[in-house]
Amino acid sequence: MTRSSDVYGEFYQRDRSVHPPAYAPDYKTSVLRSPSNSLISLQNSLSEITGPVFRQDELGPLDNDLILNYAKDGLPIGERIVVHGFVRDENGRPVKNALVEVWQANAGGRYRHKKDQYIAPIDPNFGGCGRVLTDDNGYYFFRTIKPGPYPWRNRVNDWRPAHIHYSISGNGFAQRLITQMYFEGDPLIATCPIVKSINNEEAVRGLIAPLDRNAAIQLDSLAYRFDIVLRGSRATLFENHLQGGK
Amino acid sequence: MVNQFNYLKETASQTAGPYVHIGLAPHQAGFDIFENNFGNVLVGPGTKGERIRIEGRVIDGSGTPLRDVLLEIWQANAAGRYNHPADKQDKPLDDDFRGWGRACSNFETGVYSFETVKPGAVMGRNGRLMAPHVNLWIVARGINIGLNTRIYFSDEVDANAKDPVLNLIEWEVRRKTLIAQREERGGEVVYRFDVHIQGDNETVFFDI
Repeated sequence: MTRSSDVYGEFYQRDRSVHPPAYAPDYKTSVLRSPSNSLISLQNSLSEITGPVFRQDELGPLDNDLILNYAKDGLPIGERIVVHGFVRDENGRPVKNALVEVWQANAGGRYRHKKDQYIAPIDPNFGGCGRVLTDDNGYYFFRTIKPGPYPWRNRVNDWRPAHIHYSISGNGFAQRLITQMYFEGDPLIATCPIVKSINNEEAVRGLIAPLDRNAAIQLDSLAYRFDIVLRGSRATLFENHLQGGK
Repeated sequence: MVNQFNYLKETASQTAGPYVHIGLAPHQAGFDIFENNFGNVLVGPGTKGERIRIEGRVIDGSGTPLRDVLLEIWQANAAGRYNHPADKQDKPLDDDFRGWGRACSNFETGVYSFETVKPGAVMGRNGRLMAPHVNLWIVARGINIGLNTRIYFSDEVDANAKDPVLNLIEWEVRRKTLIAQREERGGEVVYRFDVHIQGDNETVFFDI
Protein backbone atom coordinates (compact mmCIF):
# COMPACT_ATOMS: atom_id res chain seq x y z
CA MET A 1 0.00 0.00 0.00
CA THR A 2 1.42 3.33 -0.99
CA ARG A 3 -1.16 5.70 0.35
CA SER A 4 0.33 8.34 2.60
CA SER A 5 -1.19 8.71 6.02
CA ASP A 6 -1.94 12.32 5.16
CA VAL A 7 -4.61 11.31 2.64
CA TYR A 8 -7.98 11.00 4.29
CA GLY A 9 -10.80 8.66 3.43
CA GLU A 10 -13.72 6.98 5.04
CA PHE A 11 -12.99 4.70 7.95
CA TYR A 12 -13.43 0.96 7.72
CA GLN A 13 -16.68 -0.23 9.21
CA ARG A 14 -16.15 -0.67 12.92
CA ASP A 15 -15.74 -4.30 13.97
CA ARG A 16 -17.91 -4.33 17.07
CA SER A 17 -16.89 -7.91 17.95
CA VAL A 18 -13.70 -6.56 19.52
CA HIS A 19 -15.64 -4.16 21.75
CA PRO A 20 -17.86 -4.76 24.75
CA PRO A 21 -21.59 -4.60 24.01
CA ALA A 22 -23.43 -1.60 25.43
CA TYR A 23 -25.51 -3.91 27.62
CA ALA A 24 -23.27 -6.07 29.83
CA PRO A 25 -25.41 -6.96 32.88
CA ASP A 26 -22.52 -8.24 35.04
CA TYR A 27 -21.27 -4.65 34.90
CA LYS A 28 -24.41 -3.42 36.57
CA THR A 29 -24.23 0.26 35.72
CA SER A 30 -24.41 -0.57 32.02
CA VAL A 31 -27.96 -1.88 32.34
CA LEU A 32 -29.69 1.53 32.44
CA ARG A 33 -27.00 3.24 30.40
CA SER A 34 -27.22 1.15 27.24
CA PRO A 35 -29.42 1.99 24.24
CA SER A 36 -32.13 -0.58 23.46
CA ASN A 37 -32.42 0.31 19.79
CA SER A 38 -29.92 -0.61 17.11
CA LEU A 39 -27.37 1.98 16.16
CA ILE A 40 -28.15 3.58 12.81
CA SER A 41 -25.24 2.86 10.47
CA LEU A 42 -23.89 5.91 8.66
CA GLN A 43 -21.56 6.03 5.71
CA ASN A 44 -18.86 8.51 6.61
CA SER A 45 -19.12 12.12 5.53
CA LEU A 46 -16.79 15.00 6.33
CA SER A 47 -18.41 15.10 9.77
CA GLU A 48 -16.91 11.71 10.66
CA ILE A 49 -13.55 11.70 8.86
CA THR A 50 -12.48 15.06 10.26
CA GLY A 51 -11.71 15.80 13.88
CA PRO A 52 -9.88 18.23 16.12
CA VAL A 53 -6.19 18.88 15.50
CA PHE A 54 -4.11 19.49 18.63
CA ARG A 55 -0.82 21.39 18.87
CA GLN A 56 2.25 20.69 20.97
CA ASP A 57 2.13 24.20 22.39
CA GLU A 58 -1.21 23.40 24.03
CA LEU A 59 0.56 20.94 26.32
CA GLY A 60 3.01 21.76 29.11
CA PRO A 61 6.51 20.30 29.43
CA LEU A 62 5.56 18.09 32.40
CA ASP A 63 2.20 16.98 31.09
CA ASN A 64 3.55 13.49 30.31
CA ASP A 65 5.42 13.14 33.61
CA LEU A 66 2.98 12.04 36.31
CA ILE A 67 5.86 11.62 38.75
CA LEU A 68 6.64 15.33 38.63
CA ASN A 69 3.54 17.09 37.34
CA TYR A 70 1.88 17.31 40.75
CA ALA A 71 4.91 16.90 43.05
CA LYS A 72 4.60 19.46 45.84
CA ASP A 73 7.21 18.74 48.50
CA GLY A 74 8.54 15.37 47.45
CA LEU A 75 7.99 12.51 45.05
CA PRO A 76 4.87 10.34 44.90
CA ILE A 77 4.90 6.98 46.69
CA GLY A 78 4.98 3.78 44.67
CA GLU A 79 6.66 1.88 41.87
CA ARG A 80 8.15 4.18 39.25
CA ILE A 81 7.26 3.06 35.74
CA VAL A 82 7.50 4.21 32.14
CA VAL A 83 4.61 3.38 29.82
CA HIS A 84 5.25 3.63 26.10
CA GLY A 85 4.01 2.38 22.76
CA PHE A 86 2.77 3.22 19.29
CA VAL A 87 -0.60 4.43 18.12
CA ARG A 88 -1.32 2.87 14.73
CA ASP A 89 -4.35 2.45 12.54
CA GLU A 90 -5.79 -0.84 11.28
CA ASN A 91 -3.51 -0.61 8.24
CA GLY A 92 -0.52 -0.60 10.58
CA ARG A 93 0.33 3.01 9.79
CA PRO A 94 1.41 5.36 12.55
CA VAL A 95 -1.20 7.82 13.75
CA LYS A 96 0.77 11.03 14.10
CA ASN A 97 -0.17 13.82 16.42
CA ALA A 98 -2.78 11.73 18.25
CA LEU A 99 -3.74 13.17 21.63
CA VAL A 100 -3.25 10.50 24.30
CA GLU A 101 -4.69 11.44 27.70
CA VAL A 102 -4.28 9.18 30.73
CA TRP A 103 -5.60 9.07 34.28
CA GLN A 104 -5.27 6.64 37.13
CA ALA A 105 -5.42 5.92 40.86
CA ASN A 106 -2.31 6.32 43.01
CA ALA A 107 -0.21 3.44 44.35
CA GLY A 108 -2.80 2.75 47.06
CA GLY A 109 -5.70 2.57 44.63
CA ARG A 110 -7.14 6.00 45.48
CA TYR A 111 -8.15 8.61 42.92
CA ARG A 112 -7.71 12.32 43.38
CA HIS A 113 -11.38 12.98 42.76
CA LYS A 114 -13.99 14.60 44.96
CA LYS A 115 -16.30 11.61 44.51
CA ASP A 116 -13.77 8.90 45.52
CA GLN A 117 -14.31 7.86 49.14
CA TYR A 118 -11.97 4.85 49.29
CA ILE A 119 -10.08 4.51 52.60
CA ALA A 120 -6.61 4.48 50.99
CA PRO A 121 -5.06 7.94 51.31
CA ILE A 122 -4.57 10.61 48.68
CA ASP A 123 -0.89 11.04 47.83
CA PRO A 124 -0.09 14.74 48.27
CA ASN A 125 2.49 14.53 45.48
CA PHE A 126 0.44 12.68 42.91
CA GLY A 127 -2.27 14.14 40.65
CA GLY A 128 -2.88 11.08 38.53
CA CYS A 129 -3.29 12.49 35.04
CA GLY A 130 -1.15 13.26 32.05
CA ARG A 131 -1.23 13.74 28.29
CA VAL A 132 1.04 13.51 25.30
CA LEU A 133 0.90 13.87 21.51
CA THR A 134 2.30 11.03 19.39
CA ASP A 135 5.33 11.83 17.23
CA ASP A 136 5.72 11.21 13.48
CA ASN A 137 6.11 7.48 14.15
CA GLY A 138 2.96 7.35 16.25
CA TYR A 139 5.12 6.87 19.35
CA TYR A 140 4.22 8.14 22.81
CA PHE A 141 5.57 7.69 26.31
CA PHE A 142 4.89 8.90 29.78
CA ARG A 143 6.25 8.28 33.25
CA THR A 144 4.13 7.50 36.28
CA ILE A 145 3.62 5.45 39.44
CA LYS A 146 2.07 2.01 39.07
CA PRO A 147 -1.57 2.32 40.21
CA GLY A 148 -2.98 0.04 42.89
CA PRO A 149 -6.09 -2.14 42.65
CA TYR A 150 -9.21 -1.02 44.50
CA PRO A 151 -12.66 -2.28 45.45
CA TRP A 152 -15.76 -0.91 43.74
CA ARG A 153 -19.47 -1.17 44.18
CA ASN A 154 -20.77 -3.73 41.74
CA ARG A 155 -20.99 -7.04 43.53
CA VAL A 156 -19.87 -6.71 47.16
CA ASN A 157 -16.39 -8.11 46.59
CA ASP A 158 -15.47 -6.79 43.17
CA TRP A 159 -12.00 -5.34 42.73
CA ARG A 160 -10.60 -3.50 39.78
CA PRO A 161 -7.25 -4.78 38.55
CA ALA A 162 -4.57 -2.09 38.46
CA HIS A 163 -5.24 -0.01 35.35
CA ILE A 164 -4.55 3.23 33.55
CA HIS A 165 -7.40 4.92 31.71
CA TYR A 166 -6.65 6.08 28.17
CA SER A 167 -8.44 8.55 25.94
CA ILE A 168 -7.19 8.75 22.36
CA SER A 169 -8.11 11.31 19.74
CA GLY A 170 -6.77 10.49 16.26
CA ASN A 171 -7.33 12.14 12.87
CA GLY A 172 -11.07 11.75 12.66
CA PHE A 173 -13.92 12.07 15.14
CA ALA A 174 -14.98 8.49 14.26
CA GLN A 175 -11.67 7.20 15.67
CA ARG A 176 -12.33 8.60 19.13
CA LEU A 177 -11.64 5.89 21.70
CA ILE A 178 -11.58 5.46 25.45
CA THR A 179 -10.09 2.37 27.00
CA GLN A 180 -8.11 1.00 29.94
CA MET A 181 -4.65 -0.56 30.07
CA TYR A 182 -3.97 -3.44 32.45
CA PHE A 183 -0.68 -4.89 33.69
CA GLU A 184 0.75 -8.28 32.73
CA GLY A 185 0.43 -10.82 35.53
CA ASP A 186 -2.35 -9.13 37.51
CA PRO A 187 -4.60 -11.93 38.86
CA LEU A 188 -7.57 -9.54 39.20
CA ILE A 189 -7.89 -9.15 35.42
CA ALA A 190 -9.54 -12.56 35.03
CA THR A 191 -12.43 -11.78 37.38
CA CYS A 192 -13.13 -8.13 36.58
CA PRO A 193 -16.67 -7.59 35.26
CA ILE A 194 -15.53 -4.56 33.24
CA VAL A 195 -12.77 -6.54 31.52
CA LYS A 196 -15.18 -9.42 31.02
CA SER A 197 -17.67 -7.16 29.28
CA ILE A 198 -15.44 -7.83 26.23
CA ASN A 199 -16.40 -11.22 24.79
CA ASN A 200 -13.21 -11.65 22.83
CA GLU A 201 -10.06 -13.09 24.38
CA GLU A 202 -7.73 -11.61 21.81
CA ALA A 203 -9.23 -8.16 22.34
CA VAL A 204 -8.73 -8.49 26.10
CA ARG A 205 -5.11 -9.55 25.58
CA GLY A 206 -4.62 -6.35 23.61
CA LEU A 207 -5.43 -4.35 26.74
CA ILE A 208 -2.78 -6.05 28.87
CA ALA A 209 0.58 -4.31 28.73
CA PRO A 210 3.58 -6.61 29.00
CA LEU A 211 6.56 -5.74 31.12
CA ASP A 212 9.23 -4.40 28.75
CA ARG A 213 12.56 -5.12 30.37
CA ASN A 214 14.57 -3.51 27.60
CA ALA A 215 12.78 -0.22 28.03
CA ALA A 216 13.37 -0.13 31.80
CA ILE A 217 15.51 2.75 32.97
CA GLN A 218 18.35 1.04 34.81
CA LEU A 219 18.35 1.58 38.58
CA ASP A 220 15.31 3.85 38.18
CA SER A 221 12.05 2.62 36.58
CA LEU A 222 10.48 -0.49 35.08
CA ALA A 223 8.64 -0.11 31.79
CA TYR A 224 5.42 -1.42 30.24
CA ARG A 225 4.56 -1.41 26.56
CA PHE A 226 1.05 -0.54 25.39
CA ASP A 227 0.32 -0.27 21.68
CA ILE A 228 -3.00 1.14 20.53
CA VAL A 229 -4.84 0.56 17.26
CA LEU A 230 -7.34 3.11 15.97
CA ARG A 231 -9.64 2.58 13.02
CA GLY A 232 -8.04 2.58 9.59
CA SER A 233 -9.32 4.36 6.52
CA ARG A 234 -9.44 3.30 2.91
CA ALA A 235 -7.43 4.67 0.05
CA THR A 236 -9.29 7.32 -1.92
CA LEU A 237 -8.17 6.32 -5.43
CA PHE A 238 -11.49 5.56 -7.09
CA GLU A 239 -13.90 7.41 -4.94
CA ASN A 240 -14.50 10.42 -3.26
CA HIS A 241 -18.09 11.15 -3.11
CA LEU A 242 -17.55 12.45 0.38
CA GLN A 243 -17.55 16.05 -0.72
CA GLY A 244 -19.86 15.93 -3.67
CA GLY A 245 -19.24 15.07 -7.31
CA LYS A 246 -20.12 11.82 -9.00
CA MET B 1 -4.85 -20.62 -0.63
CA VAL B 2 -6.86 -17.65 0.39
CA ASN B 3 -5.05 -14.35 0.52
CA GLN B 4 -4.10 -13.44 4.08
CA PHE B 5 -4.54 -9.85 5.05
CA ASN B 6 -2.64 -8.31 7.88
CA TYR B 7 -5.00 -5.65 9.07
CA LEU B 8 -4.73 -4.92 12.76
CA LYS B 9 -7.78 -5.00 15.02
CA GLU B 10 -8.98 -1.84 16.69
CA THR B 11 -8.12 -1.66 20.40
CA ALA B 12 -11.12 -2.62 22.53
CA SER B 13 -13.09 0.12 24.23
CA GLN B 14 -13.59 0.21 27.99
CA THR B 15 -15.83 2.47 30.01
CA ALA B 16 -14.53 5.93 30.92
CA GLY B 17 -15.55 5.16 34.51
CA PRO B 18 -16.70 7.56 37.22
CA TYR B 19 -13.40 9.45 37.44
CA VAL B 20 -13.03 10.47 33.81
CA HIS B 21 -12.78 14.07 35.00
CA ILE B 22 -9.32 13.49 36.46
CA GLY B 23 -7.86 12.94 33.05
CA LEU B 24 -10.06 15.01 30.80
CA ALA B 25 -11.32 17.82 33.03
CA PRO B 26 -9.23 17.89 36.23
CA HIS B 27 -10.85 21.12 37.49
CA GLN B 28 -14.09 19.26 37.82
CA ALA B 29 -12.36 16.42 39.72
CA GLY B 30 -11.31 19.11 42.19
CA PHE B 31 -7.72 20.09 41.41
CA ASP B 32 -5.49 22.21 39.18
CA ILE B 33 -2.67 20.53 37.31
CA PHE B 34 -2.38 21.64 33.67
CA GLU B 35 -1.65 25.17 32.56
CA ASN B 36 -3.97 24.83 29.58
CA ASN B 37 -7.29 23.04 30.00
CA PHE B 38 -9.68 21.85 27.32
CA GLY B 39 -13.19 23.01 27.98
CA ASN B 40 -16.69 23.79 26.83
CA VAL B 41 -16.08 27.23 25.32
CA LEU B 42 -15.38 26.88 21.61
CA VAL B 43 -15.50 30.58 20.77
CA GLY B 44 -12.87 33.28 21.08
CA PRO B 45 -13.27 37.04 20.74
CA GLY B 46 -12.85 36.90 16.95
CA THR B 47 -15.00 33.89 16.16
CA LYS B 48 -17.43 34.59 13.33
CA GLY B 49 -21.05 33.53 13.45
CA GLU B 50 -24.11 33.49 15.64
CA ARG B 51 -23.16 32.84 19.27
CA ILE B 52 -25.19 30.02 20.75
CA ARG B 53 -25.27 27.93 23.86
CA ILE B 54 -26.15 24.25 23.66
CA GLU B 55 -27.33 22.79 26.92
CA GLY B 56 -29.14 19.77 28.23
CA ARG B 57 -28.91 16.60 30.20
CA VAL B 58 -28.11 12.97 29.47
CA ILE B 59 -30.81 10.74 30.92
CA ASP B 60 -30.67 7.02 31.73
CA GLY B 61 -33.33 4.35 31.34
CA SER B 62 -34.93 5.20 34.69
CA GLY B 63 -35.36 8.87 33.75
CA THR B 64 -32.48 9.98 35.98
CA PRO B 65 -29.92 12.45 34.61
CA LEU B 66 -26.33 11.24 34.50
CA ARG B 67 -24.22 13.43 36.72
CA ASP B 68 -20.89 11.91 35.77
CA VAL B 69 -21.07 12.09 31.98
CA LEU B 70 -18.49 13.62 29.65
CA LEU B 71 -19.43 14.96 26.23
CA GLU B 72 -17.40 16.19 23.30
CA ILE B 73 -18.62 18.08 20.27
CA TRP B 74 -17.06 18.55 16.85
CA GLN B 75 -18.53 20.93 14.33
CA ALA B 76 -17.97 23.06 11.26
CA ASN B 77 -17.54 26.81 11.56
CA ALA B 78 -20.24 29.34 10.71
CA ALA B 79 -19.33 29.10 7.02
CA GLY B 80 -19.80 25.33 7.06
CA ARG B 81 -16.17 24.19 6.95
CA TYR B 82 -14.35 21.86 9.32
CA ASN B 83 -10.97 23.02 10.61
CA HIS B 84 -9.22 19.90 9.33
CA PRO B 85 -6.99 19.17 6.32
CA ALA B 86 -9.44 16.64 4.86
CA ASP B 87 -12.09 19.32 4.36
CA LYS B 88 -11.39 20.77 0.89
CA GLN B 89 -14.65 22.70 0.53
CA ASP B 90 -14.19 26.14 -0.98
CA LYS B 91 -15.24 28.04 2.15
CA PRO B 92 -13.24 30.16 4.59
CA LEU B 93 -11.62 28.77 7.71
CA ASP B 94 -11.98 30.79 10.91
CA ASP B 95 -8.64 31.34 12.69
CA ASP B 96 -10.47 31.72 15.97
CA PHE B 97 -12.48 28.53 15.82
CA ARG B 98 -11.25 24.95 16.10
CA GLY B 99 -14.75 23.52 16.37
CA TRP B 100 -14.09 21.12 19.22
CA GLY B 101 -15.09 21.25 22.86
CA ARG B 102 -15.48 19.07 25.91
CA ALA B 103 -18.00 19.40 28.74
CA CYS B 104 -19.00 17.53 31.88
CA SER B 105 -22.42 17.43 33.39
CA ASN B 106 -22.84 19.25 36.68
CA PHE B 107 -22.44 16.89 39.66
CA GLU B 108 -25.72 18.10 41.20
CA THR B 109 -28.01 18.94 38.30
CA GLY B 110 -26.66 16.81 35.47
CA VAL B 111 -26.76 19.82 33.12
CA TYR B 112 -24.00 20.21 30.52
CA SER B 113 -23.43 23.15 28.21
CA PHE B 114 -21.26 24.38 25.34
CA GLU B 115 -20.61 27.96 24.22
CA THR B 116 -20.19 27.90 20.47
CA VAL B 117 -21.46 29.29 17.18
CA LYS B 118 -24.12 27.84 14.98
CA PRO B 119 -22.37 25.83 12.26
CA GLY B 120 -23.03 26.32 8.56
CA ALA B 121 -24.21 23.52 6.30
CA VAL B 122 -21.55 21.04 5.14
CA MET B 123 -21.61 19.10 1.87
CA GLY B 124 -22.51 15.50 2.43
CA ARG B 125 -21.97 12.39 0.33
CA ASN B 126 -22.91 12.40 -3.33
CA GLY B 127 -23.37 16.14 -3.41
CA ARG B 128 -26.25 16.23 -0.95
CA LEU B 129 -25.98 19.12 1.46
CA MET B 130 -26.29 18.23 5.14
CA ALA B 131 -28.33 20.48 7.41
CA PRO B 132 -26.29 22.39 10.00
CA HIS B 133 -25.39 19.99 12.79
CA VAL B 134 -22.98 19.34 15.62
CA ASN B 135 -21.41 15.90 16.14
CA LEU B 136 -21.67 14.63 19.70
CA TRP B 137 -19.77 11.87 21.52
CA ILE B 138 -20.77 10.72 24.98
CA VAL B 139 -18.87 8.61 27.52
CA ALA B 140 -19.47 7.79 31.19
CA ARG B 141 -19.40 5.08 33.79
CA GLY B 142 -21.65 2.31 32.52
CA ILE B 143 -21.18 3.29 28.86
CA ASN B 144 -18.95 0.56 27.43
CA ILE B 145 -18.23 2.25 24.13
CA GLY B 146 -18.71 5.94 23.35
CA LEU B 147 -22.11 6.89 21.95
CA ASN B 148 -22.18 8.98 18.76
CA THR B 149 -25.06 11.16 17.73
CA ARG B 150 -25.78 14.48 16.02
CA ILE B 151 -27.43 17.70 17.17
CA TYR B 152 -29.61 19.45 14.58
CA PHE B 153 -31.40 22.79 15.03
CA SER B 154 -35.13 23.37 15.39
CA ASP B 155 -35.10 26.55 13.28
CA GLU B 156 -33.68 24.71 10.24
CA VAL B 157 -36.95 23.07 9.26
CA ASP B 158 -36.37 23.02 5.49
CA ALA B 159 -32.73 21.94 5.68
CA ASN B 160 -33.57 19.24 8.22
CA ALA B 161 -36.31 17.89 5.98
CA LYS B 162 -33.74 17.34 3.20
CA ASP B 163 -30.88 16.16 5.39
CA PRO B 164 -29.51 12.84 4.10
CA VAL B 165 -28.69 11.55 7.58
CA LEU B 166 -32.00 12.41 9.25
CA ASN B 167 -33.72 10.82 6.27
CA LEU B 168 -31.84 7.57 6.85
CA ILE B 169 -33.77 7.15 10.08
CA GLU B 170 -36.67 5.00 9.05
CA TRP B 171 -38.93 5.98 11.91
CA GLU B 172 -39.90 9.59 11.42
CA VAL B 173 -40.89 9.80 15.08
CA ARG B 174 -37.31 9.12 16.14
CA ARG B 175 -35.80 11.90 14.00
CA LYS B 176 -37.02 14.51 16.43
CA THR B 177 -34.72 13.10 19.12
CA LEU B 178 -31.87 14.80 17.22
CA ILE B 179 -33.41 18.27 17.03
CA ALA B 180 -32.26 20.82 19.60
CA GLN B 181 -34.97 23.29 20.54
CA ARG B 182 -34.18 26.97 20.12
CA GLU B 183 -35.00 29.36 22.97
CA GLU B 184 -34.04 32.94 23.62
CA ARG B 185 -33.15 33.87 27.19
CA GLY B 186 -32.29 37.48 27.91
CA GLY B 187 -30.69 38.01 24.53
CA GLU B 188 -28.86 34.69 24.60
CA VAL B 189 -29.67 31.99 22.07
CA VAL B 190 -29.93 28.62 23.76
CA TYR B 191 -30.52 25.29 22.09
CA ARG B 192 -31.83 22.69 24.47
CA PHE B 193 -30.70 19.13 23.74
CA ASP B 194 -31.47 16.29 26.11
CA VAL B 195 -30.09 12.85 25.32
CA HIS B 196 -32.12 9.80 26.35
CA ILE B 197 -29.80 6.82 26.44
CA GLN B 198 -32.66 4.37 26.85
CA GLY B 199 -36.41 4.26 27.30
CA ASP B 200 -39.19 6.39 25.85
CA ASN B 201 -37.82 8.86 23.35
CA GLU B 202 -34.50 7.03 23.18
CA THR B 203 -32.11 9.22 21.20
CA VAL B 204 -30.91 7.93 17.86
CA PHE B 205 -27.27 6.86 18.08
CA PHE B 206 -25.10 6.21 15.07
CA ASP B 207 -22.58 3.57 14.17
CA ILE B 208 -20.20 5.84 12.33
